[in-house]
Amino acid sequence: MLGTSLLLALREIRRHILRSFLTTLGIIIGVAAVITMVSLGRSVTANISDQISSLGSNVFFVFPIEGDRGQFRPFDERDVTAVREQIAGVKSVAGQVEANVSAVHNGQDWDSKVEGVNNEFLDARGIKMGEGRRFTEAEMEAGANVCIIGPTVQEEIFLPRQSPIGERLRLNNVDCQVIGVFATRGAVGGNGDDDNSVLMPLTNVQRRFTGNDNIGYMAISYDASYDSVTMTKSLIDLIRERRVLLDGQANDFDIVDTAQINETVASTVGTMTVMVAAIAAISLVVGGVGIMNIMLVSVTERTREIGIRLAIGALAREVQLQFLTEAVVLCCFGGLMGIFLGFALSYGLAGALGFDFIFDPFINVLSFVISALIGIVFGYFPARRASQLDPIEALRHE
Amino acid sequence: MAGPLIQLVGITKTFGTGAAAFQALKGVDMAIDRGDFVAVMGPSGSGKSTTMNILGCLDQPTAGVFRFLGQEVQSLTKDQRSLLRRRYLGFVFQGFNLLARTTAVENVELPLIYRGMGKTARRAAAMRALDRVGLGPWADHTPAELSGGQQQRVAIARALVTDPEVLLADEPTGNLDSERSVEIMKFLAELNEQGITILMVTHEPEMAAFAKTIIHFKDGLVENIERSDRAPLLAVSGEHA
Repeated sequence: MLGTSLLLALREIRRHILRSFLTTLGIIIGVAAVITMVSLGRSVTANISDQISSLGSNVFFVFPIEGDRGQFRPFDERDVTAVREQIAGVKSVAGQVEANVSAVHNGQDWDSKVEGVNNEFLDARGIKMGEGRRFTEAEMEAGANVCIIGPTVQEEIFLPRQSPIGERLRLNNVDCQVIGVFATRGAVGGNGDDDNSVLMPLTNVQRRFTGNDNIGYMAISYDASYDSVTMTKSLIDLIRERRVLLDGQANDFDIVDTAQINETVASTVGTMTVMVAAIAAISLVVGGVGIMNIMLVSVTERTREIGIRLAIGALAREVQLQFLTEAVVLCCFGGLMGIFLGFALSYGLAGALGFDFIFDPFINVLSFVISALIGIVFGYFPARRASQLDPIEALRHE
Repeated sequence: MAGPLIQLVGITKTFGTGAAAFQALKGVDMAIDRGDFVAVMGPSGSGKSTTMNILGCLDQPTAGVFRFLGQEVQSLTKDQRSLLRRRYLGFVFQGFNLLARTTAVENVELPLIYRGMGKTARRAAAMRALDRVGLGPWADHTPAELSGGQQQRVAIARALVTDPEVLLADEPTGNLDSERSVEIMKFLAELNEQGITILMVTHEPEMAAFAKTIIHFKDGLVENIERSDRAPLLAVSGEHA
């Protein structure tokens, strides 16, 4: 019986191909909208998480800001030591200082920046080596003229397919030897290219480039099993004490927790995605109403046909099933086309916006199931109406 | 089977209730034997259409007994009557009532679909029925591409495809010119010779002349029953394809 209904429904749809397509347009657009919104939401979340994880996961960044009286007090190495020794859960802590430089090699020059760091900073920021080695203890101790370059610097001023290890590089007036290339960190939104950087021992950069003992910010990586809120509180207490801030004086430093950012961004984007998808889902329901509307018109228009079917021996429930099947098949077709359209749209948009495309099977299956359900819900009433027609009346219908 | 194929005993039919009630049939008695060709005649409002609807199991009498193949139809449910129509009856209508935008062969297939017949057997049976009405070459044409006479023949093929016990024809020539009408009537007479019982409503005496029995209706009652005692109209052997 279901096979019969399916056959009749498919014939009917084929006979009115344009009308069938227009009928399902609402479903197509609705499904495509839901899928596009959810997929894009996922892409955006993944993209932002990626950027944040390029800062290192479970990392605090502590940097000075202007205080109450407009003073700006930088950190120095003693602050780093204090954090390392006095805060529980800290895995590694390191200061960083940077300066803009012009990097020259073999007559090629390139605007870059030099970052004064140590191995612990590489750990805290999760910077991996692509090639070569990290600093030795002695190099860090002495502030040796050695450097680890970023992939962008390698690309811009070294010859392709030639290892830069052991080569000399001039940064402003400082000559150094390349000992390694770090693996790409990825770009952090709005921060320029993090791969366009030359890492040198901190003490060397302080001595040769910035001329003081200050550090720009501290990167503190912590054990994920520790509660970041408690740690933040202890950090604030410690740093306030070290900077002799009185009660009532505002912090002249700021702490950013990457885990916190990640969570906030994910939940914000998640909420937005749900909201936008809900709006898109409304269009799906509107599509369902469209199906019901057309099916009702179709029942009236096909009254005679229904009369013929009943006269030649179709059961009321067969007629009902036929119309219901028509509605469901239309909705399923709409759902499928919506999935294709949604795929194309989210793929295209993700590409255009520079995000990675993420295919979410769950939302695709869910949209399809919902379209089928819409067919059942909105097809039921017209189908019931068709099945309850009196064959004599129906045959007389003009 | 003993007894007549169709038997109506004291059939009444009342439409509406109370003051607006209208009694269309006031106690119709008739019996139709297997193999008969019956023309039902009468002025409009005489109850002939109501009787045909009851005979076609499309409508239920208000009172009385309607036996079809010995089974009392008035006590059957709607679905049981549908199955009865599906199994034993074929319908031909005045307005042809073919499905638009549907090829002749698909129209003829329709009753077989409801019988659950497989695709190949269904198509073969439909083609046989179309050949029988001489429209095999038009199988892939839609009603819009066929003449009135051809459409009615497709409709007859649709009625025949299930090998029905009874063919009910409601003014089958009402929408056709006289030449086509005679053609259709000859064809019906031929089918009757092959053993199909035919019940036909008509108001044209020339068409009724093709029948073996003419039942005249008047005011909701059978006025008289006329038996044609002439020999079968066509000298056919009954061995048609």
